[in-house]
Amino acid sequence: MEKRELVCVACPLGCPITVTFDADGNVDTVTGNTCKRGDAYARTEVTNPTRMLTTTVKVVGGSAYVVPVKSANPIPKGMMMECMKVINEASIKAPVNIGDVVIENILGTGVDTVATNYAE
Amino acid sequence: MLNYDLVVVGGGPAGMAAALKAKENGVDSIIVLERAETLGGILEQCIHTGFGLHYFGEELSGPEYAGRFMKLLEDTDIVVKTDTMVLDVADGNVVTAVNKKDGLLKIQAKAVVLAMGCRERPRGALSIAGSRCSGIMTAGTAQKYVNIDGYMPGHEVVILGSGDIGLIMARRMTLEGAKVKMVCELMPYSGGLTRNIVQCLDDFGIPLKLSCTVVATHGKDRLEGVTIAKVDDKLQPIPGTEEYVPCDTLMLSVGLIPENELSKNSGLELDRITNGPKVDEYRETEHAGVFACGNVLQVHDLVDYVTEESQIAGLGAAKYIKGEKVTGECVYTQGINGVRYIVPQRINRETDADVKLYFRVGAVYNNAKIIVECDGKEILSKKKKKLCPGEMEYVTLKQSVIAELPAEAVINVRVEA
Repeated sequence: MEKRELVCVACPLGCPITVTFDADGNVDTVTGNTCKRGDAYARTEVTNPTRMLTTTVKVVGGSAYVVPVKSANPIPKGMMMECMKVINEASIKAPVNIGDVVIENILGTGVDTVATNYAE
Repeated sequence: MLNYDLVVVGGGPAGMAAALKAKENGVDSIIVLERAETLGGILEQCIHTGFGLHYFGEELSGPEYAGRFMKLLEDTDIVVKTDTMVLDVADGNVVTAVNKKDGLLKIQAKAVVLAMGCRERPRGALSIAGSRCSGIMTAGTAQKYVNIDGYMPGHEVVILGSGDIGLIMARRMTLEGAKVKMVCELMPYSGGLTRNIVQCLDDFGIPLKLSCTVVATHGKDRLEGVTIAKVDDKLQPIPGTEEYVPCDTLMLSVGLIPENELSKNSGLELDRITNGPKVDEYRETEHAGVFACGNVLQVHDLVDYVTEESQIAGLGAAKYIKGEKVTGECVYTQGINGVRYIVPQRINRETDADVKLYFRVGAVYNNAKIIVECDGKEILSKKKKKLCPGEMEYVTLKQSVIAELPAEAVINVRVEA
């Protein structure tokens, strides 16, 4: 039986969670968590772990060098480095506003990359 | 001489929240003085998300969190002067500041809020042997290089100290293609939030070496490597455990120091542990009408808590200006047996609301109890599954309980393991 050890990040307690899988690779048991949120976190984390991606994009035609951006929603954890490559080749024209879409539907994730600050 | 009801020193999250709260509570003329070119303070370079989970119930980036307060400020008649350096807060609440446009400004205030924030402990405070080559910087400096100035300060990185900024920079540098070799932490536990260890180190396979420090740096013009060593329980390097790690960049995330030069020059005595002024339940310092909030008062983990504290100070300043703030006999707070400090340090017995006591513990405890006592009598106790130095805690004292305490009494807060 396969198992995975996780540390829950749902709150500051940081419960150590053990997830076991059945023969088909589906989640069998979740133990070690002390609340429902821990159970939910562990199930997502072992099936489709996602993360918010935050970085910067080059600004052209303005006084700022770069403007910070984030993924509008979490993206699959395994795609972070690939998305970074795409974002590092992109640029945006000043002026930029908070919420401006810099890259639509990055790498087919269905998630836009949006600016999180102003740039002039 | 200019006249304002309230002068706020610092336009970061603390200063903005205090100014807005004071405005909401009927203070007419308010001016915010900010040293940098823009409002927002350090949030401008904190591009990661996780800000606002408590206060807005949303996961925002630093600039977005700051942006919300800037918008609110714009909709008020609060005067904001950026690029303006405050030089002095003198007796009688006269604030002296300087900028390029107005020259020297003298402002007579009814009340002042100190919200200068904090800065990073620098290399010089660590006494690491080695030459003064380039490539050694604080994590926050590196954060500015990458996130504001848009360039990479190095490619092979060792991070000393597991404070949150160090952890965040470990991820940031990795995303931008650098190799972060390790994070060394002197203490046997991390000073950062658990979620940052998971999402910034574990996600990228970056090792966290506990009870480990950098004992020497190598390189003449540019850093070429560092020597790390394990430390014993007295935090002294253990001979024979030295290891050479090649790297071109050493980032330091070894603590934050409240920026209290103005406070000290104005004669305020600082708390030995927090390095911030001593305050009452509305964050009024020992000087009448001078309030302090945010990281200049105590270093916070979350900006959400900075906002909360600054609103208390803003409300306090408003009450002071309107002559409604309670003064008189006080009780004093003290952290003992594992509790390192308490903010606020004193409470007016006749205060008009419940008071939260904020504190940090000095070690990691599991299944412990926080006990609040006065004159040997227990006032309240609170069970805690986990306590660690990296997370600020609080207990709430009821107004009715405070009112019954004898004047000058000392409230002790301790951990029972």
